[in-house]
Amino acid sequence: MAGAASILAISDLTVGLPRGADRANAVEKVSLSVDPGEIVCVVGESGSGKSVTAQAIMGLLPRELTTTSGSILLEGEDVLKAGGARLRHLRGTRMAMIFQEPMTALNPVMTVGEQIGEVLEIHTPLGAGERRLRVLEIMQAVRLPEPERLIDVYPHQLSGGQRQRIMIAAALVLDPALLIADEPTTALDVTTQAEILKLVRDLQQRRGTGVLFITHDFGVVAEIAHRVAVMQRGRIVEIGSREEILRRPRADYTRMLIAAVPSLKPPARTPKTGSVALSTHGLSKTYGSPGLLGSGRVVRAAQSVDIAVRRGETVGIVGESGSGKSTVARCVARLIAPTAGEIRIGEVDVARLPERRLRPHRRNVQIVFQDPYRSLNPRRTVGTSIIEGPINFGLPRPQALDRARRLMTLVGLAQDVLDRYPHQFSGGQRQRIAIARALAMEPQVLIADEAVSALDVSVQAQVLKLLDDVRRRFDLAVLFITHDLRVAAQICDRIAVMQQGVIVEQGVTAEVFAAPQHPYTRALFDAAPGKYAEFGAVAGAA
Amino acid sequence: MRLAMFTYVLRRLLATIPVMLIVAMFVFLMLRLTPSDPAAIIAGDNANTEQVAEIRKRLGLDQPILTQFVIWIGKTLQGDFGESFFFKKQVAELIFDRLEPTLSLAFFTLVLAIIIAIPLGVVAAYRHGSWLDRIVMGFSVLGFSVPVFVIGYALIYVFAIELNWLPVQGYQRLAQGIGGWLQRLILPSITLSVIYVALIARITRTSVLEVMNEDYIRTARAKGQTEAKVLIRHALANAAVPIVTVIGLGVALLIGGVVVTESVYTIPGLGRLTVDAVLARDYPTIQAVILLFSLAYVLINLAVDLAYTFLDPRIRY
Amino acid sequence: MSIEALPAELIEGPPQRRRSWRLAARNPSVIIGALIVAILAMLGALAPLLDTLPPAEINPVFRNKKPGAERVIRDSNGAEQKYVHRFGTDSLGRDVYSRVLYGARVSLIIGVTVAVISVAVGLVIGLIAGYIRWLDGSIMRIMDGLMAIPAILLAMGVVSLSRAGLIAVVIAIVIPEIPRVVRLVRSIVLSIREEPYVEAAITVGTPTPLLLVRHVLPNTVAPLIVQGTFICASAILIEAILSFLGVGIPPETPTWGNIMAEGRSLFRIYPHNIFYPGLCLALAVLAINMLGDGLRDALDPRFAKRV
Repeated sequence: MAGAASILAISDLTVGLPRGADRANAVEKVSLSVDPGEIVCVVGESGSGKSVTAQAIMGLLPRELTTTSGSILLEGEDVLKAGGARLRHLRGTRMAMIFQEPMTALNPVMTVGEQIGEVLEIHTPLGAGERRLRVLEIMQAVRLPEPERLIDVYPHQLSGGQRQRIMIAAALVLDPALLIADEPTTALDVTTQAEILKLVRDLQQRRGTGVLFITHDFGVVAEIAHRVAVMQRGRIVEIGSREEILRRPRADYTRMLIAAVPSLKPPARTPKTGSVALSTHGLSKTYGSPGLLGSGRVVRAAQSVDIAVRRGETVGIVGESGSGKSTVARCVARLIAPTAGEIRIGEVDVARLPERRLRPHRRNVQIVFQDPYRSLNPRRTVGTSIIEGPINFGLPRPQALDRARRLMTLVGLAQDVLDRYPHQFSGGQRQRIAIARALAMEPQVLIADEAVSALDVSVQAQVLKLLDDVRRRFDLAVLFITHDLRVAAQICDRIAVMQQGVIVEQGVTAEVFAAPQHPYTRALFDAAPGKYAEFGAVAGAA
Repeated sequence: MRLAMFTYVLRRLLATIPVMLIVAMFVFLMLRLTPSDPAAIIAGDNANTEQVAEIRKRLGLDQPILTQFVIWIGKTLQGDFGESFFFKKQVAELIFDRLEPTLSLAFFTLVLAIIIAIPLGVVAAYRHGSWLDRIVMGFSVLGFSVPVFVIGYALIYVFAIELNWLPVQGYQRLAQGIGGWLQRLILPSITLSVIYVALIARITRTSVLEVMNEDYIRTARAKGQTEAKVLIRHALANAAVPIVTVIGLGVALLIGGVVVTESVYTIPGLGRLTVDAVLARDYPTIQAVILLFSLAYVLINLAVDLAYTFLDPRIRY
Repeated sequence: MSIEALPAELIEGPPQRRRSWRLAARNPSVIIGALIVAILAMLGALAPLLDTLPPAEINPVFRNKKPGAERVIRDSNGAEQKYVHRFGTDSLGRDVYSRVLYGARVSLIIGVTVAVISVAVGLVIGLIAGYIRWLDGSIMRIMDGLMAIPAILLAMGVVSLSRAGLIAVVIAIVIPEIPRVVRLVRSIVLSIREEPYVEAAITVGTPTPLLLVRHVLPNTVAPLIVQGTFICASAILIEAILSFLGVGIPPETPTWGNIMAEGRSLFRIYPHNIFYPGLCLALAVLAINMLGDGLRDALDPRFAKRV
């Protein structure tokens, strides 16, 4: 609870939204505190107001949002009452913030050294030489390799994890009392995320910094939080210690959220014995060419990939960015043509068929994409989008609409919404529509390309359940692409782990999770945040 | 590193060749598409068919088209643009004569425009939504809409005729005194720069505004940076690429404007030459001028491309 | 499976600005611009009814009269009537007011015609360049070549190839405008092609021509309308410049440009020849530019640029 020694004490903060928004306030009567040396995680789904709270502390709210009441005490001083110059002084010296997207959060035309040094330049009278020394020091503290070389490098020359370290360096160089981290690891790979979380925890312990850590990922919460605040629609639902929130949540909403988080322990599943609906042999995709004088770059996005999916089975491809999992999915869906190898849908090899001969086979493989906001044409009603496929293959319109209506019921939406436009639906609802569209083709194979990655955890649970039901009902062969190990553990019968275009390990989910053979697989599982915590599980095994 | 830069410049230079080739083809075809027979024009009204045929032979107009094209390219590359039908002088000589006035005008205008427009655009972006912003934007639309010659005459009327501060028209060579040279360039430069200022101010404002929405601006503020430094060091530095691009593209407008401005102010430059040549259907001159202006435009944009490598470290060789 | 019973969720994801034609109709720039253009168009269309004299009628006796000069005319019945030269007369005695009103016709018609033709041609070429990869390279090279020649020079070059006249001038102005439209359309095609909903349409078996019409083309409508408006303004300006320089429409058919051309030599003494048509020209182009700006703000096509 907020005490006299609290670094941060927010009381009854209310920030109003402009007129026309779906609620009056972005955050309402929010109170929380951060003590020295503790990490407080603020968890919530999208629209919960967690980012707004963070921005309000720094005084970085966008113009349209106004603080209407409450106080924010930073080391006893109300920053809401601070003038411009005072606020600018506090930023960087007493409080600092790191953001979600490290690429766009760094100025592309300044070297990273200059950007860290800028903090020193603004707040200290140090000369250029001294600043450089301090910058090198902090770069070492955040465990960046070769600080002497990296200090003069530009952001685009670094990886995502390195850029985030630069941000952390700039934030901590003047040893502020409070560090606000707004989803800093959401855009990073699992293994990189693990490193950054460890870094934050270590630095924080050593310097006694108070950290306010915004996230939507309960795994992260389990990994680093001391205390947790749960937010929903602008209000704080519950605050407690990590143990209390994760093991004994009291509020209904918290319990619902926790229950929706998939467990890392795969449930027992009966092996599937249906016929093989999809199989690839030696599937490869190479981009680029050696070019003139060897100046071109060759990218082997996928190399010799062999997978098989039976009817009624869900096979997952798990990997980080650049692993080639999306490439494999797009090859199977023939959105791109593979450079080599076979793709058999049933008996037919569709790998290199020309478009005209390929078209009749397209109905057998359907795909649900990742981004629910861009996978439906915004200018066409959802009904039109759903029946487009069947009509292409000769189904008369009235029958197609009939089918569309039945599918809408199947995916849990009302029948009369067929003539609405995509923007009138939420993300989860749009994914259901996308599933309906895929099912309208009566395929044998369904590819889910990170289909739930962009959804909130509660919505994710529902869509996963829907996918499972649909698989059983239609005896579909599901190829599930994901980077999320928990999701893979929960719904996949078998998984294949990919790294840099190659499958490094493949097998029954339970076996792979219990005893990973390949070092990369082991590293991947080790890096999963909160792997020792117990959460609820999604129903619908086997 | 030096070698990489050199090969980059070389590659970009080579890339301009296909473009100039298309321009050359178009310009060459112009002469072949004329309704009138160039040989007949040169020979004059009183020539008989034999004389015309002889002239045709002399000019090489009886050869197959491809051969003519190759010969023409060869000559052009050596600086021989042929002889003007109208002025009865070597085209190369004509052009050389008229170079100075046009270059002076263009140079002045460019400098004037950039000095005025960029600060204007930055201020408008900084105070966007305010009356200052609206004035700048309003002026920019106006500058785009009022034709160059109308502005020219308006300025002449006010400053030269009514107020009698500046000479009405004409041009004075630099060699004849810098004072007079400057004096006669003031009104034409201002006239020509209006459209350019409008363009650059607008793109500056738009780019800076767009950039101000980027994440790294938020980061800079989070560090406690002052608004002024955020604007210049973070926003403008990143907005530089689109601004410089438009400066390069706007040269096309500048060239068009030069033609008109020289007409209004009776400056004996390349623009006037073009107009006279078109009126007289003096094809060798028209060809040469179009070729040269296009080349200048292409080279300026090439310079812009190369400037990118200094402005944006992501664009490297 | 139960009917959807999710709690009302906040709409997450990228906010979609409601770009709509209704919004455009309420935009002040659009309203003012459209109004002015409509007025000028009407003035041009109704020119014969607005107390004008035939614009090509030469009257050497009354040349170079200042605005406001009066004159006696015999009408068809032989009766005498007073006529006031509101804008004065030019060096051949033609009434400038009449010529300016009739000039509205040609200038506006040229603007619209050039806009429509360049958008139509540019659309086709742009679609081809965007969708047929092996043609893309050569098409864009040619477009680059055309764009390398400054528009006025290109127009002047084309005009010099043929008899001066309406068609020649239209073609001369259309040619330099096409590459910009092609670029615009091509960039739209290239970016839409990457959108997941287009990929989804491919996977449900939509053939390429249908893909273009159904999914790609609708995205080009708004940007092309905005671009077309700017082309219209630019065309009117270029025609005026061409005529002013003497290489555009010959003076029997008045356009604002050639009226001003007539007035060049005696500008110092009789500025009215330049100012009245100049004013109308500036007004028309300004209004069209405002219209374009307003449409772009309302319809939010991120691609259309003035240059």
